[in-house]
Amino acid sequence: MELMKHFFAPNLLKQTVPLMAESINCDICSKLATVHLTQIVNGKIHKIDLCETCAKEKGVTDPNGFSLADLLASGVDSQEVDPSTSDLVCRGCGFTAEDYKKLGRLGCPSCYEDLAPMIAPMLAHMHKGTNHMGKVPENSLARLEVESEVAEIKAQLQQAIEDERYEDAARLRDELLKVNQESEESHVH
Amino acid sequence: MSIRSLLKGRGELTHSSSTKCPIVMSTRIRLARNLAQFPFPGWAKKTQKEEVLGRCLEVAARIPKIKDPTGLRIDELSELERQILFERHLISRELSNEPEGAGVIISKDQACSIMINEEDHLRIQVIKNGLNFKRSWNFITQIDSLLEESLDYAYSKELGYLTACPTNVGTGLRASAMLHLPGLVISGQMEKVVRAVNQLGIAVRGIFGEGSDASGSFFQISNQQTLGESETDILKRLNSVMTTIIEREEDAREKILEEDVDKVFDEIGRAYGVLKNGHLLSSSEAMNRLSLIRLAIDIGAIEEQNRMLVDRLFIECQPGHVQFTANKEIEPNQRDVLRALYMRDAFAKLPEPSFEHITR
Repeated sequence: MELMKHFFAPNLLKQTVPLMAESINCDICSKLATVHLTQIVNGKIHKIDLCETCAKEKGVTDPNGFSLADLLASGVDSQEVDPSTSDLVCRGCGFTAEDYKKLGRLGCPSCYEDLAPMIAPMLAHMHKGTNHMGKVPENSLARLEVESEVAEIKAQLQQAIEDERYEDAARLRDELLKVNQESEESHVH
Repeated sequence: MSIRSLLKGRGELTHSSSTKCPIVMSTRIRLARNLAQFPFPGWAKKTQKEEVLGRCLEVAARIPKIKDPTGLRIDELSELERQILFERHLISRELSNEPEGAGVIISKDQACSIMINEEDHLRIQVIKNGLNFKRSWNFITQIDSLLEESLDYAYSKELGYLTACPTNVGTGLRASAMLHLPGLVISGQMEKVVRAVNQLGIAVRGIFGEGSDASGSFFQISNQQTLGESETDILKRLNSVMTTIIEREEDAREKILEEDVDKVFDEIGRAYGVLKNGHLLSSSEAMNRLSLIRLAIDIGAIEEQNRMLVDRLFIECQPGHVQFTANKEIEPNQRDVLRALYMRDAFAKLPEPSFEHITR
């Protein structure tokens, strides 16, 4: 985790203008803030609001030379915001964003999907890219495909029986047998 | 002891006939894999971990590529046995400390080990002597594919192999080489090198991984990023970084030999003297002295044929191995006595360094 700071990219520093004209006070001197910053450090979003004078003083106007992390370390109090990720829960295992903060590891493979709003920005920071370019487990994929195909046909079959569409049901039953048979054959090699 | 027979065998790092070389001690690749239908080990219930362990042990035992495998449950091993497997880089500290539902499969030549229920369900690992990413990859990917024939891996088309920690997602591949860099250490350049490679997304650690010190001037250098690049690209990039570091090390050694030759010869001579005649040796002193003996082999002051012995001594001077050799648990002070005894024995057979033919 210590290495993360090396991956910090200055271009992620953005000056954002609040949509509403509500007045926000400077985090340093409490005057009216006109500079609003958002920066992602170690996968966490930090926000800070400054007045013109303080912004200049802190060198905020030069995006390359400015790090919110440094400013935070120097004692300026900015709130740590976890926008809309704090109440995420994995449907697969009940793991929450809060759990990740405590453990630093995820609960199950489904977490990647259900906690994606929290995980996606972290991946962009940690890695070279956000898409897998490597090996593909062909066997696992084929098996999982069969599994979902079987589940799909079963659901259709159930519906057909409920609707008393017996011709369809018979066709679906044969289809199910065929899929199961095929997968068994490929399993035996 | 259930691992005694395994350790009697001829291990890749301790007895291999494959070429050992200067600077690069060994190459290691590990793949992190998980089963689709189970929570990751850190979040799984005991019964789920047991199920994963049982299934993986059964499947791995049937893989022909892993020769004469030994399957072990960590909770059935003594502290000392765990320590020894750790010192041989066959299991991690984490697996040793969290034995619930944890296991390992080790090939007879100790070149391949598969940890079960470590951070991920499976941590497949291959170790080879010398710098050998390509051969290691070719071997490990075959084992991985054979396992995958019987196990449903957690995988997403977008993110690749799904792992407990997002730092491993994608290829799940961590490749490392153990480099012996006394030249860069002596000339005070190591810090600069660490900083430079860190910027390339490459990590530098001590001999026993995270948090360990650089005793013996050994450094493990590995990739940090696992997503967004293919396995071959990761290995290629890492290989080119290694090549650069090796060149730097060679330059540093050349320079030291030019500028400070008497100092180098003196250090080597003293190291030989202590190892051959000492009566109290801590593991860190042993490592640092052996490091100079390895350097002596590299520069031709001790014959090449002794390299295997010296590389083995790096492992055998570790606390667990000293106790294992003595066949009992021993207090640290007593260990230093036994370690020195063991070294005196080994060095009685090792010829004295000779510097005459080395050009000044």
